[in-house]
Amino acid sequence: MFPIPIQKRPLINQISYKILIPISLFIWLIPLIGIMLTSIRGLGDITAGNYWGMPSEFLLFSNIKDVFQNTPMLSYIMNSFKITIPTVIGAVAVSCMTGFALASYKFKANLFIFFTFIAGNFVPFQILMIPVRDLTYQMGLYDTVTGLVLFHVAFQTGFCTLFMRNFIKALPHELFEAARIDGTSEFNIFFKIVLPLTRPAIAALSVLIFTFIWNDFFWATVLIQGQHAMPITAGLKSLNGQWVTVYHLLSAGSIMAAIPPVIMFFLMQKHFIAGLTLGASKG
Amino acid sequence: MQWDGLSPAIYVGFSNYIELLDDEYFYISLANNLKWLIFFMLAVPIGLGLAIFLNQTIFGIRLIKSLFFFPFVISQVVIGIIFAWFYNPRGVIGPFLETIGLGNYAILADENFATYGIIFAGIYPQIAYCMILYLTGLNNLNMDQIEAGRMDGAKGLSLFKNIILPQLKPATFLAIVVTVIGSLRSFDMVAIMTQGGPWGSTNVLAYYMFETALSEYGYRMGYGSAIAAVLFTIMMFYILFFIYRMYQSEKKGL
Repeated sequence: MFPIPIQKRPLINQISYKILIPISLFIWLIPLIGIMLTSIRGLGDITAGNYWGMPSEFLLFSNIKDVFQNTPMLSYIMNSFKITIPTVIGAVAVSCMTGFALASYKFKANLFIFFTFIAGNFVPFQILMIPVRDLTYQMGLYDTVTGLVLFHVAFQTGFCTLFMRNFIKALPHELFEAARIDGTSEFNIFFKIVLPLTRPAIAALSVLIFTFIWNDFFWATVLIQGQHAMPITAGLKSLNGQWVTVYHLLSAGSIMAAIPPVIMFFLMQKHFIAGLTLGASKG
Repeated sequence: MQWDGLSPAIYVGFSNYIELLDDEYFYISLANNLKWLIFFMLAVPIGLGLAIFLNQTIFGIRLIKSLFFFPFVISQVVIGIIFAWFYNPRGVIGPFLETIGLGNYAILADENFATYGIIFAGIYPQIAYCMILYLTGLNNLNMDQIEAGRMDGAKGLSLFKNIILPQLKPATFLAIVVTVIGSLRSFDMVAIMTQGGPWGSTNVLAYYMFETALSEYGYRMGYGSAIAAVLFTIMMFYILFFIYRMYQSEKKGL
């Protein structure tokens, strides 16, 4: 263990460590605690400047109701789901196939294609904003959910392929060989052997991509203009402009935007972290 | 180097680039991008420090670790909104300064410090990311080497420097990579917190590009593309270095 386990230290260190942990956690989470407190306040607290004291009323639900009634928040949330779920399915499905092909077939361009996928990952995507917008515009997909989903799938496939390829590469190759000798078709090898074995990787990818896409703001800003297709991140931004002084409603809206990825994270914590730290433990 | 994807923009006119050379806002944005990059790197050592601090086994540590990781899961938009509110003169920092007698102060309206305010907000989730990378790295340390080092009397800093840090190299590498990429995500934070203002002082290249090419300020695609080309040239060195490294390790693997 590094550092030395706290249990082997003198008692005084142990106690101070246990005191220090909650304090540092509290400091670390102050921004989030702040927004949670604000979301349950009423307008009275906000105008009175009561930001950190106990909220004088508990108004979380009425704030949320306010948000839903006075803003298109509900449709923003629905849009976010409409964008996120197809993207996750699309990107994961495509990358299972590309990952399998790149991991198990030896052909000349293999490494080259693999590196095209990787390189695509490291191009700062901001520079693509003009051509991509132009392309969507010409395809008639500008300002539509479909357009955004297609581009998300395209952009996420790079990372997903890298992930799946490395995962499938680490599977026991003899298994495929044996199946091949038994006369199993490549199609069946993929569906009956590879897919069941990659289930953990698929889970990890799905959570990661869900969070990435849900939280995406950049492409939503570039490719979406109207309210009908706007996801919650871009929606919050536009509300931020209108609601400079009603922070309690803004906070309630922000919390709603944060809930789905947070639930995802807590349900699938192990997969999430495994996906995110891929490569942190080996060269 | 020949870039096909961008050649139409070059072809349409060198005048875009010449104009860029004289554009005060372009330099401000470029300088801000550099500030982002430099200060963002702080996330790596801070993340490492946090990871070492938390790498213990006490009751409830798993929950504590995931709470520390929380900011990364939440959208940048939400983080930006929270911090913008903190910095607001009527928000948190302003009244606090007022009560301790320093006078009210709005950091996001001060052209000299606004960028730092935004970077501070941006670095917050990034630290969480680096922390989780290092926690994984610390979990996979080679115990034998550490024990051997301890036998030989290595302690504290020298143990850390000579035995732990080299073993954490993959984690450090990954942390640097994601931090560089993260520093380019400055777009989100800038768009939410200041929209580049006051007077363009917090602009970064990506947002400036958006502003010139796609926003209500105009549709100068060519000029925006010129900015993109500059940004890409700068990033190219970093990308090439990274790809080269991955290629080497892949070749070894095959």
